[in-house]
Amino acid sequence: MDACYQLRDVGFRYAQPWVLEGCSLDVSEGEILGVVGANGSGKTSLLKLMAGLLRPQKGRVCLHGSDVATLPPLEMARLVALVPQESQVLFPFTVGELVLMGRFVHQRGWGWESGDDLRIARHAMRIMEVDHLATRTFQALSGGERHRTVIARALAQHTPILLLDEPTAFLDLKHQIDIYGVLKELNRERHVTVVVVSHDLNLASQYCDRLLLLHEGRPYRTGPPKDVLTVEHLRVTYGCEVLIDAHPATGTPRITLPRAEARPHLISQ
Amino acid sequence: MMGVPILATAPADMSFLPALTARRRVRALTVLVAAALIGVVLCLQYGVERIPLPELARILLAPGAATDSAAGVSPAVIVWEVRLPRLLLAFLVGASLAAVGVALQALLRNPLADPYILGISSGAALGAALALQFGLAWAIGGFTAVQLCAFIFAAATIGVIYRIAVADGRIPVQTLLLAGVIINAILSALILFITSLSDSTSAFRLFFWLMGSLATLGYDGLGALAAIVLVGIGVLCAQGRNLNLLSLGDDPAQGLGLDVERVKRVIFITTALLTGAAVAVSGLIGFVGMIVPHAVRMVLGPDHRLLLPASALVGGTFLAVADTVARSLLAPAELPVGVITALCGGPFFIYLLMSHRKEAIG
Repeated sequence: MDACYQLRDVGFRYAQPWVLEGCSLDVSEGEILGVVGANGSGKTSLLKLMAGLLRPQKGRVCLHGSDVATLPPLEMARLVALVPQESQVLFPFTVGELVLMGRFVHQRGWGWESGDDLRIARHAMRIMEVDHLATRTFQALSGGERHRTVIARALAQHTPILLLDEPTAFLDLKHQIDIYGVLKELNRERHVTVVVVSHDLNLASQYCDRLLLLHEGRPYRTGPPKDVLTVEHLRVTYGCEVLIDAHPATGTPRITLPRAEARPHLISQ
Repeated sequence: MMGVPILATAPADMSFLPALTARRRVRALTVLVAAALIGVVLCLQYGVERIPLPELARILLAPGAATDSAAGVSPAVIVWEVRLPRLLLAFLVGASLAAVGVALQALLRNPLADPYILGISSGAALGAALALQFGLAWAIGGFTAVQLCAFIFAAATIGVIYRIAVADGRIPVQTLLLAGVIINAILSALILFITSLSDSTSAFRLFFWLMGSLATLGYDGLGALAAIVLVGIGVLCAQGRNLNLLSLGDDPAQGLGLDVERVKRVIFITTALLTGAAVAVSGLIGFVGMIVPHAVRMVLGPDHRLLLPASALVGGTFLAVADTVARSLLAPAELPVGVITALCGGPFFIYLLMSHRKEAIG
């Protein structure tokens, strides 16, 4: 398998403390990589660096051998689609209009939609089950419907690489499983490379080929879920004691939270 | 979701998106062009003296007859030399303000943005104030000294704001907005300073200039203005697809493939020049640049590929009609056109707001 992303000693900071430092990583073509770690461990920044939305102060982020910093946005968006954690839409665009914006890179000139654009956008809407909402405005949707609309837009972009930041946040159980099902299917049928940031360790464990565990802005462990998700690693990175056994159906590590202990005198000082 | 195979294709019918059909776009623009033409012709009737439609038609269809006036001013001269240039000026200014309003609301991601928000208009006003204060009376190419000074100062202001807001090739939207607000404040203070030094005559003239008026531009000036306005609005219309993405925010737009910083530069410079040109020839006419984009967006939706040309047409027609009302209502006295734009546009906007609220409730 060829390397698709190569990160070499990447460092990034907004102000003083480094958000990411000494981060090296290879992402192979056609794999599903999960990025996990505690709050503030640099997961979202890593994804934005890979999408070219942030520029590293140290090191290089390379995509197919060329530095992401030098790729023009149009070329970048033909290769990579990003699903951000949250989306805001100021004007009353409809779901259909928003999903069609995913076709931007494939349109020319004044850019009225072609038959292909409509077909592909509609198909993406069906996959994400938002086709019945096509004429509704984004503001009128629930959190989960909004999120599915944004994912549909990324699917309509038709890129060989998908980056997703918390794709299952706001989603109910069925839609959580469905999203990962879609990612798996895209990966198998179209060989789409997927990098997904997740707080849900169980979903990541079940669906990802490989996990990257970040700790304080540095890669802590990389490897198959069973090597990364251990009681010791999670104690160090998340600072809590979890229970781990095997998923009864898939055999992948299953994480169970410990009993929440009351913390006396914490609130009433 | 899993019921839908990833590789299958869906039929390409547009029924799921009625807002996007080509027929709807063409119909909307055709209606607006027709409304603009009819509006302008109807407005030509009104003024100090009413010219009935049959006579107006005769005058319009035989332009050669304009010169053979006997005693007094013939209706033909009134139509061709007084009313038509003024209506065309009103149309060009209204179209510019509305188009600029649409583009700036998307660029700044602020529905309250209007053409005067970035301080370009204050620059123009300072130029006009200085020209009035020093009593400059020359004219070049159909433009008065006041108009030319206003435009030159507007252009200089654009340079200053650009210099403040641009940091290594990027224009952060919040910085741009703040730079505009601050420049606005500084320039307003300078205008007040000049006014406080000047005698009551030039202060009064400046006051009227600031209220906005469409009285003064001949065909020479109109030609040059039309060229600027058509190119400017053309450039903005060509950015329609880009504006759609830009309105989502810098990061999402770039993620979808937009060269965000290049587009922002194009939009800023084009809207600034259009604003400078419009304010230089007409002063500060309020309301058109903020309310027309809103009203058109409520009816036709937010897609800038349709919203921009449609707003330009509506803005032009609206200001042409408003100016006709302003000069005929109390003829021969003339009301400031800004009074009419606010008094007509405001209630109409409230009506749109309330009917949409009802729709939203059910």
